[in-house]
Amino acid sequence: MESQFVLETRGLTKEFRGFTAVDAVDLQVRQGHIHALIGPNGAGKTTVFNLLTKFLTPTRGEILYRGKNITAMKASEIARLGLVRSFQISAVFGHLSVLENVRVALQQKLGNSYQFWKSERSLHALDEQAMQLLAEVDLESFADTLAIELPYGRKRALELATTLALDPVVLLLDEPTQGMGSEDVDMVVALVRRAAVNRTVLMVEHNLSVVSRLCDRITVLARGAVLAEGDYDSVSANPQVREAYLGSEAAVEAQP
Amino acid sequence: MSSQESVAAVPLAVRANVERERRRAATRRRQLFYLALLGLALLAPLAIYPVFLMKLLCFALFACAFNLLLGYAGLLSFGHAAFFACGGYITGHMLSTYSGLSTELGILAGTLASTLLGLIFGLLAIRRQGIYFAMITLALAQMVFFVFVQAPFTGGENGLQGVPRGHLFGLIDMQNNLALYYVVLAVFVFGFAVIQRTIHSPYGQVLKAIRENEPRAVSLGYNVDAHKLLAFVISSALAGLAGATKTVVFQLASLTDAHWHMSGEVILMTLLGGVGTLLGPLVGATVVVTLQSSLSNGPLGEWVHVILGVIFVLCVLLFRSGIVGWLERLVKRNFK
Repeated sequence: MESQFVLETRGLTKEFRGFTAVDAVDLQVRQGHIHALIGPNGAGKTTVFNLLTKFLTPTRGEILYRGKNITAMKASEIARLGLVRSFQISAVFGHLSVLENVRVALQQKLGNSYQFWKSERSLHALDEQAMQLLAEVDLESFADTLAIELPYGRKRALELATTLALDPVVLLLDEPTQGMGSEDVDMVVALVRRAAVNRTVLMVEHNLSVVSRLCDRITVLARGAVLAEGDYDSVSANPQVREAYLGSEAAVEAQP
Repeated sequence: MSSQESVAAVPLAVRANVERERRRAATRRRQLFYLALLGLALLAPLAIYPVFLMKLLCFALFACAFNLLLGYAGLLSFGHAAFFACGGYITGHMLSTYSGLSTELGILAGTLASTLLGLIFGLLAIRRQGIYFAMITLALAQMVFFVFVQAPFTGGENGLQGVPRGHLFGLIDMQNNLALYYVVLAVFVFGFAVIQRTIHSPYGQVLKAIRENEPRAVSLGYNVDAHKLLAFVISSALAGLAGATKTVVFQLASLTDAHWHMSGEVILMTLLGGVGTLLGPLVGATVVVTLQSSLSNGPLGEWVHVILGVIFVLCVLLFRSGIVGWLERLVKRNFK
């Protein structure tokens, strides 16, 4: 039974000074699924996300990765296990070149990150692989550009390429289409779909059209607890979900 | 759009090669520039008093070490005087106590002591960020200052005076200022080379990534604290090397070296010259040391500090990336 869930939480709870932001969440992410975490503002999506990626420590509860308890591990350790996250604000290394951004991720597996006596020429062996990853997100012509100079949509593409450089088992995406115009949204949807081949993806997403296009399974959070779970059709037909979303539904549909 | 397509049509391996060639050419230019600089340094004592040059090199190395931390790891230490002084005192103590100890072993002892002190400071401070990190390093450095006031081997308020310079490898008498100059130059070149290599190493890449975006570096699986700690230890080791060499030059280790003014001064030198540039600290140290010695001998006396302050304010207002950062931009704008 356990093996079909690549990522699982049991009674995951986070309290901030008496306020319960996440309340006993049981989440099960199946191998190979694109799983979305949605919910109205303040539902605790980002908190759950930060708990899963160890950027926050849970007050109670367990996190299991392939049946193994990873609750006590550090953020950098779970990244090395293959759980790699992205960020809401596009997280690139601004004053490194686009190529170097991806190469820094590739470098992690070499285990040479403490070698201060070696020449960086040893990193050029990774250049070709980095270029291939850039080609997958149409960024190869920007290889020498400083990441900070890229337009927003390209930065997100670079972030994805950097994440994929680690060849993660589980991809954790924090609102990958946030703040984007419709063209960029389509690009990111295509990128995520391609990246999700042979991988599991868990994403927090506001844009319901993205969710409906991409996701196999959806968990709806409201007030820190799981409100509903299922595929898009069953979740969107759920009256409780509709009620929770009522205030913000208009805003969601108004999005490009 | 068409240019993009034509670029994409070139095989990736070829593109990577072109890029590599371009970088190689840049490296060659840089090496030539450093060679010219070294040639200049070799001839400098013909025109300038060697002791002054040695002072300059010691402070330049100190500032370079500080710049490694601030410019490439993004860590502002306000306690670097502790490492500078620690190197100075331990070297002074060793050379004074064990007569016949060769110069390089004395310097080595001071450097090792600073490295160890840096490791202790780093372990205590590295988890904190920004102003908290600066405060902890300042507090620890103040503790070290009072240790140097109180400890039996430091000579209290007087410091260690008349430290013998010793013989290099037990052979060459370092009383000769010119001979010592070339030793100090070698020490500086060594320290500078270590920094240059560190910045352009696999480790340096990760360090820059951490400076740019720490949470992202964590999410890529890097143990950020451990990488920062290594930068801190390398920086304190080189600051100690600078202090140790300074003690040999002036045959003196004093509380001035350990005072928080010294921590401030190295920040001033680095910011003035240009933080995060390789040559910035060298230029900054040259400007500060030259102004200090040329102005304080004149009729201005204590006003030298006021003048330095004004220069610093002007620099911060006019060229925020420091003298070297400003020059680099100027060259880029006019020659590219």
